[in-house]
Amino acid sequence: MMDGSKFDDAQTGEQKIRNFNINFGPQHPAAHGVLRLVLELDGEIVERCDPHIGLLHRGTEKLMESRTYLQNLPYFDRLDYVAPMNQEHAWCLAIEKLTQTEVPRRAQLIRVLYSEIGRILNHLLNVTTQAMDVGALTPPLWGFEEREKLMIFYERACGARLHAAYFRPGGVHQDLPDDLLDDIELWALQFPDVLSDIDGLLTENRIFKQRNCDIGVVTEDDILKYSFSGVMVRGSGLAWDLRRAQPYECYDEFDFQVPVGKNGDCYDRYLCRMEEMRQSLSIIRQAIVKLRVATGDVLARGKLTPPKRGEMKTSMESLIHHFKLYTEGFHVPAGEVYAAVEAPKGEFGVYLVADGTNKPYRAKLRAPGFPHLQAMDHITKGHQLADVAAIIGTMDVVFGEIDR
Amino acid sequence: MTETPESEPTKDAALAELGGLIELKRPDCVLSWDISHGELNVDVAPANIVGFVKYLLSDSNCRFSTLIDITGVDYPERAKRFDVVYHFLSMYTNQRIRLRVSVREDEMVSSITDIHPSANWFEREIFDMFGILFSGHPDLRRLLTDYGFRGHPLRKDFPTTGYTEVRYDEVEKRVVYEPVNLVQEYRQFDFMSPWEGADYILPGDEKEGAK
Repeated sequence: MMDGSKFDDAQTGEQKIRNFNINFGPQHPAAHGVLRLVLELDGEIVERCDPHIGLLHRGTEKLMESRTYLQNLPYFDRLDYVAPMNQEHAWCLAIEKLTQTEVPRRAQLIRVLYSEIGRILNHLLNVTTQAMDVGALTPPLWGFEEREKLMIFYERACGARLHAAYFRPGGVHQDLPDDLLDDIELWALQFPDVLSDIDGLLTENRIFKQRNCDIGVVTEDDILKYSFSGVMVRGSGLAWDLRRAQPYECYDEFDFQVPVGKNGDCYDRYLCRMEEMRQSLSIIRQAIVKLRVATGDVLARGKLTPPKRGEMKTSMESLIHHFKLYTEGFHVPAGEVYAAVEAPKGEFGVYLVADGTNKPYRAKLRAPGFPHLQAMDHITKGHQLADVAAIIGTMDVVFGEIDR
Repeated sequence: MTETPESEPTKDAALAELGGLIELKRPDCVLSWDISHGELNVDVAPANIVGFVKYLLSDSNCRFSTLIDITGVDYPERAKRFDVVYHFLSMYTNQRIRLRVSVREDEMVSSITDIHPSANWFEREIFDMFGILFSGHPDLRRLLTDYGFRGHPLRKDFPTTGYTEVRYDEVEKRVVYEPVNLVQEYRQFDFMSPWEGADYILPGDEKEGAK
């Protein structure tokens, strides 16, 4: 026998290596929140990846069942706290679909404007922090400066930087202040320079490309099997965008491109996000032009929405309506709907079961990050440990929406 | 892949055509179907869900290749207590469909993870939240709740406050679990108008019967 089995003394420690299990997170800066990954490693190669989620579970869906429709709205800011208004949008659309409310044109345009600001907020955070995960420190500092400006636009519209509660069933809460549109337009003029700065830092950066090209490749088959949406789909060459495919609000009258990638790797998804920011910027500019023309009310006055302040002070019926709206809330006819928006991270949907009372019977929030994170095991298999951070970053997970 | 937006009536007609077609091809699976709010709803027999999902995926008229969501709804007053609701999307035909399966509390639903791997977590979440078991699921663990959690929070008979609360104990130097202790009664306001929605005896009305 010459197969070496007799020469025990020739065996070194290195030949007896077994797979190594490590715990990644929940307090890891590259985990983008409270994610715990149990990784099984063969050397530095990931063999198995088991994400443990739920560390940020707040029982939003349960809480929603005991609150009125209007009281539930602020919960949506707390889901994906990176782009709060996009979530509210889905909730408003679901209620409007059930009650068949027509939203005034000005409110629609404001919603589009702020949804796109939300998209830029999200992509700025994602692109730059993903760069930080792979070793660049400057991009987040530059990106956050712009995010700060955008959040001031949030604040000027609704009074809050993050927890906006600005989109309401039937429109938006208040009209924009007079000079806000001018300031957003001014910002939209200087933002391309910032984008090209970040572009210059990252796009042709050797380290950035080494860490992202050919990492986390997603094929069309993966997309369907793992129910991807948003940039995870577009990065692989499928031009799927709900704003284009199933237009909601007044997106069908805006002129924008749907950027797609070619290889479906982390780098292409980065490029997609950068281009989407430019497209969003163009939508913002178009929305401002349209908003200057479309003056009018921002709420569909009726059962769903409060009366005008002046009316409330002079008319008894309006006063009663105002009081009833903010205590009992409005009633939504029984039925079930699913309303989805193209949130920055993908398809964010609300499945709403109404039973005709003032509270939802059941509301299910479909978060885009949930199926994305689920595919971690499939995508990271065979990658290096260091690539796990790059892939989590590019999947754009936020635990507010995944854990709900 | 992307199509021009269609007006509401033509969209409904297309959905009705699809619904009729599905019922014709799979009469054993489809219990009933309807279109409401521009969405196609299909009630499916629990035993046939796997075959039906497979058919929806492979049939050239459907191609519902993306599983959007699976969720549960609890109706405690019904004999078939739970609805398991599936949402599918076709990126190719730009259609959506909703499947509803009604199950009793002691019934199991067949898992569709073999067809759609993404159903894995969705089914785990339903197991966690409603306690519905999925047969053939590779790894039916709890997903969102705490390690060692008991009960199924989204059932209607589970209190919103839960049964246990956790805190860090300075003496024992660890996190301890205790029965929930509310310093103030949980405020569950009843906003319903006493003229319309009250299904309880209004204060003072009990005197009516005494006469």
